[in-house]
Amino acid sequence: MAKTEFEPSIKSRPVYGELEVRAGKSHLLIADAEGAGAILDLAKSAQKDFLANAHIIYIPKNAGDKYTAQLEGLGARQYYAGPSYEAAVPRIQRVLSDASNGLQIYLAGTEGLMGQAMREATNIGYPYSAIQTEHRGSKARRMQCVHCKGITEDVTTDPFECSHCGLNLFVRDHYSRRLAAFQGVCVDAEDPGNVPDKVEIT
Amino acid sequence: MNIRFNDETFRNDYTFKNSDAAIKRFPFPFDKDSYMYAVNMEPHTPVREGSVYYNSFDVDEHYVSEMRDRAMVLDEDPLRCQSLPHMELAGWDLLELIMVEKAKDYPDLFELHRDGDNWHWINKPLGIDDKFTFMDATTLPYGPMEYITRQTQGDFCVLDQRDDNLWMDAGMVTTQADWSLDFDIGMNFFEWHAPVPLAHEKGIFVRALKFLLNIQQGAPARRLNWTMTVNPLLDTSPENYHKWGIQKTTLTPENIGNKQHLRVELQTFFRLPRSNGLVFPIRCYLIKLEELVTYPKWARRFHRVIRDLPVELATYKGFIDNRPMILEYLSQFDDGAETSPGVWPED
Repeated sequence: MAKTEFEPSIKSRPVYGELEVRAGKSHLLIADAEGAGAILDLAKSAQKDFLANAHIIYIPKNAGDKYTAQLEGLGARQYYAGPSYEAAVPRIQRVLSDASNGLQIYLAGTEGLMGQAMREATNIGYPYSAIQTEHRGSKARRMQCVHCKGITEDVTTDPFECSHCGLNLFVRDHYSRRLAAFQGVCVDAEDPGNVPDKVEIT
Repeated sequence: MNIRFNDETFRNDYTFKNSDAAIKRFPFPFDKDSYMYAVNMEPHTPVREGSVYYNSFDVDEHYVSEMRDRAMVLDEDPLRCQSLPHMELAGWDLLELIMVEKAKDYPDLFELHRDGDNWHWINKPLGIDDKFTFMDATTLPYGPMEYITRQTQGDFCVLDQRDDNLWMDAGMVTTQADWSLDFDIGMNFFEWHAPVPLAHEKGIFVRALKFLLNIQQGAPARRLNWTMTVNPLLDTSPENYHKWGIQKTTLTPENIGNKQHLRVELQTFFRLPRSNGLVFPIRCYLIKLEELVTYPKWARRFHRVIRDLPVELATYKGFIDNRPMILEYLSQFDDGAETSPGVWPED
């Protein structure tokens, strides 16, 4: 599965690229689900010392064990597979706390994973423009309800029901890096109960 | 200057209205019979004594009631006022700017006495008399930005300038045209304007940013923006849209003159001296259609502007469904006569 192509959108919507090896003292690679494919592709073009200084953090999610053996088999200096992004956060924060000049960050997979990991990196002062990203797999979005402020993970339909307050929200392309989330806004405020049929997010 | 402050509400029973004097000084935004986005910046220098363009920070008859409404919004939702940690210095810059300008422009309402860092601020309309140490936030009941903007009409975006861009890193936003500070805080100029249709393609934001990056201390600028609001609701926030959105469906031919408001934003831009930030006050003025049509020139022109506005803009501004009814009302006041150039009602 290759990188995802998105329709052009508004200027706050993140744009993802294609991972490429960059010179660095150390390399932090964080991926979920199909994002593993981006790391495997990246590793094909890497020199030996890349993996010797690489730390792979992988959350398989619904990809299960499809990629885990291959990823582990790359022989990165550190390999970690976690049960959820939340479970991996303390590890990510700890690794970033050691970040020195020359750290390269590579993120791959869903928007929710990349957005949240990017936020961890920028919180410690790493410039977002220096972080590489590649979207693979599910187009599910991490959504903030603008009304109750609750976050609903892995939203795949528009509209959707806020998992906190229950309002029916439509999915905007407006995106906040600080929240690592898109904005969801009540879809039937002007005509309560008139909720459009759900469509898959593309 | 003699201002009689109204006791009025912007919610529930909506007793807000404009006096004849307030109608006459309303910042009508259309200088010709059509409208399209433009950068439309001009120096924020005094124009016509008594107009909203005369003082740095206009204080009008709605001041006390607007500040009461802001306090209610903040009690319900403290996230409407936020400041990222590096923005406190800009908050002091803003506090100084507003206090100095208001004390100068409205000496009978506001007084500022300074002895080194020992400051004494008196706000007579709100009954505030505080002594504090400049640059020491522990001597104020709120952070400096929140303290002064609880006492100043209009929303305030305090922008950090870096990497040739402006960053929305602090703000007090309770009278907004449907955007969320809590969501947009931390965004750059292009990102927080991302949802605006048509203007990006026209290069408006690239030119506007270039202009704003070069604003110098002591040389503020201004522009107008506008939208439409049903009921005199200052707090048309996305946060509460699920509560107020339904009000848009309550217009009838009988109540439209009273319920439908033109909402005009007087946007000003001041360079801040210590932080090199930029403060972007967005002052909201509301006028009922029945108030606006008391000036025939405005009535004719407004009818033509609304009639000819592109669908995308009427949709973005949130009144596409009500446009036919608005036009039916306004058309009664448009006899097709020519209108004089410029915004002033009686020129």
